[in-house]
Amino acid sequence: MAVQKLPLAKAINESLRTALENDPKVVLMGEDIGKLGGVFRVTDGLQKDFGESRVIDTPLAESGIVGTAIGLALRGYRPVVEIQFDGFVFPAYDQIVTQLAKMHARSLGKVKLPVVIRIPYGGGIGAVEHHSESPEALFAHVAGLKVVSPSNSQDAYWMLQQAIQSDDPVIYFEPKRRYWDKSDVDTEAIPAPLHAARTVREGTDLTLVGYGPMVKVCLEAAAAAQEEGKSVEVLDLRSMSPIDFDSIQASVEKTGRLVVVHEAPVFYGSGAEIAARITERCFYHLESPVLRVGGFHAPYPPARLEEEYLPGLDRVLDAVDRSLAY
Amino acid sequence: MTVESTAARTPRRTSGGKRAGGKTATKAAKTAQAQAAEPELVQLLTPEGQRVEHPDYAIDLSADELRGLYKDMVLTRQFDAEAIALQRQGELGLWPSLLGQEAAQIGSGRATKDDDYVFPTYREHGVAWCRGVQPKNLLGMFRGVNNGGWDPNSNNFHLYTIVIGSQALHATGYAMGITKDGADSAVVAYFGDGASSQGDVMEGFNFAAVYNAPVVFFCQNNQWAISESNEKQFRVPLYQRAQGFGFPGVRVDGNDVLAVLAVTRAALDRARRGEGPMLIEAFTYRMGAHTTSDDPTKYRRDEEREAWEAKDPILRLRTYLLAEGLADEAFFADLEKESEAFGKQVREAVRSMEDPDMMAIFENVYADGSALVDEERAQFAAYQASFADGEGK
Repeated sequence: MAVQKLPLAKAINESLRTALENDPKVVLMGEDIGKLGGVFRVTDGLQKDFGESRVIDTPLAESGIVGTAIGLALRGYRPVVEIQFDGFVFPAYDQIVTQLAKMHARSLGKVKLPVVIRIPYGGGIGAVEHHSESPEALFAHVAGLKVVSPSNSQDAYWMLQQAIQSDDPVIYFEPKRRYWDKSDVDTEAIPAPLHAARTVREGTDLTLVGYGPMVKVCLEAAAAAQEEGKSVEVLDLRSMSPIDFDSIQASVEKTGRLVVVHEAPVFYGSGAEIAARITERCFYHLESPVLRVGGFHAPYPPARLEEEYLPGLDRVLDAVDRSLAY
Repeated sequence: MTVESTAARTPRRTSGGKRAGGKTATKAAKTAQAQAAEPELVQLLTPEGQRVEHPDYAIDLSADELRGLYKDMVLTRQFDAEAIALQRQGELGLWPSLLGQEAAQIGSGRATKDDDYVFPTYREHGVAWCRGVQPKNLLGMFRGVNNGGWDPNSNNFHLYTIVIGSQALHATGYAMGITKDGADSAVVAYFGDGASSQGDVMEGFNFAAVYNAPVVFFCQNNQWAISESNEKQFRVPLYQRAQGFGFPGVRVDGNDVLAVLAVTRAALDRARRGEGPMLIEAFTYRMGAHTTSDDPTKYRRDEEREAWEAKDPILRLRTYLLAEGLADEAFFADLEKESEAFGKQVREAVRSMEDPDMMAIFENVYADGSALVDEERAQFAAYQASFADGEGK
């Protein structure tokens, strides 16, 4: 029975289990990932089954975790690192940006750094400060890193398999508020390429691009727009570096309108990059300017405000309306 | 305990001392207690070239081996002098000189075995020499033709690390991998007195202790982190810091190649036996500038340098070799010729280095390739071609 309905967190757990079974060089590292199974239980049961030398509880030091993961990779291991929360990654930012991202190039291709860094990201769970951020653009900006985010259980399983098999460092952003959403996982499927976008709803009037936690919001917005007679196409971007501009271009050439949605602040966000490149590629096809819906240039707000702060159905529909009104 | 800053700068030379692990040689220990602020210093060859014994660190080298260490240090100094000259001539953009640190680097480098792994800073030219890295390769990044470029795995010598202290963690992780593999090799992580202030070095110490990783943290305390002296960096002698992390630390005369070799060998053996990490503080002096861009006259006195000149690592071994009849004049004359020829080779190798092709920057950004890199490469190639096809360059 290859197809199972699984919560997204459990799909990641199964993917990690498969990787540990298939490749003795795969090791998991992180804070509280052993007996506790991580604060979100994503690694639940793995230390019990694979032992403390493969599922490693580390000291509470993010730079130390990523720095030693680099050393393990240089020794031939394939470390999969868990950063406990988005806002906790910054002590490791130097190791990721200065060391991990550049070492392959510095060695003129002699060494490879197959390190995956898993980061639960985004808001919507009523957390305290530093637990709800979306820092993906800060990593996508760095040459040498690949940055992806699944939106559903099937992608969560397969994109992690692909990330672990990749010889490049991959930052794997997990939409934490979708951890408990269940959908089908086919562990015998032939997966799409890791960096390909996917059309999750076809439409003709406007293209909505989202990723991670926002794909669900985009689909809801498209369904609501349909009731008003507007045909909205939804693309799940899946990869923020590299970005599958060809798929976005093909969609925009059909619809003529593009709205990009993400939780991260729009200023210098992935929406800005998509807007610039798509404007360049599709200038004569565009019926309106590319619009963005996302966070503001303000620190992530206290939890009581996040429902208003996060892009929701109404804010996405507002952008859809503004685009169509051009 | 209050530590006088002067104590950190002018250690008492002693042939006896407190054992790293805590066991003491009684008489020496009493002396040490009486002068608690004076850190112990393992020494086997005094600045005057006298062999002395140490209760914990013995060494017995053949005449051949002693001459080999001498030769290593002389050639390393020659290489360094050539690089400085090449920078002055505009052939290199920058050079971080190791002048004065030859014993610390050759002694520790020669203590490593082939399957050990070394993580250097950017000044370990002598260690690179011991590991068999082509000298030319070290110069590429300072000429600006690459950012490293040698294969770390061909000599188990990692790329130079420029951001201070980061490599302490890479070394620790690599050592954790050795443990997982059940191998009996070990790792040396080089860093300096300035790097001792970095969090990554502290995290490296702690991870190494927690996982009992076979890594030797080798600190060359050359007294100066560009313009900042030891007193601006720390309050407790560096080697003592290891105790707080749960492994031994020892201070060695960094200008004494025999002591450095003996202590590093012992630390590596200990690591290979599964006894975990160790910290070595090689007490030495940066005789030159931080790099060719630096001007030490702005922050340190000539007298300080002169005092360290008397402790020169090469001179003391030469005195010893001559006094003991372990090398004759012919050896020194031959070495001088070899050194000159080596210098010439280095100069020629640098001058013949070709500038890389601009398109090379798009190679090796990713091991598995990237559509983004492919797109930008194609755009730039088209831009370049537009000149060649049109009016030309």
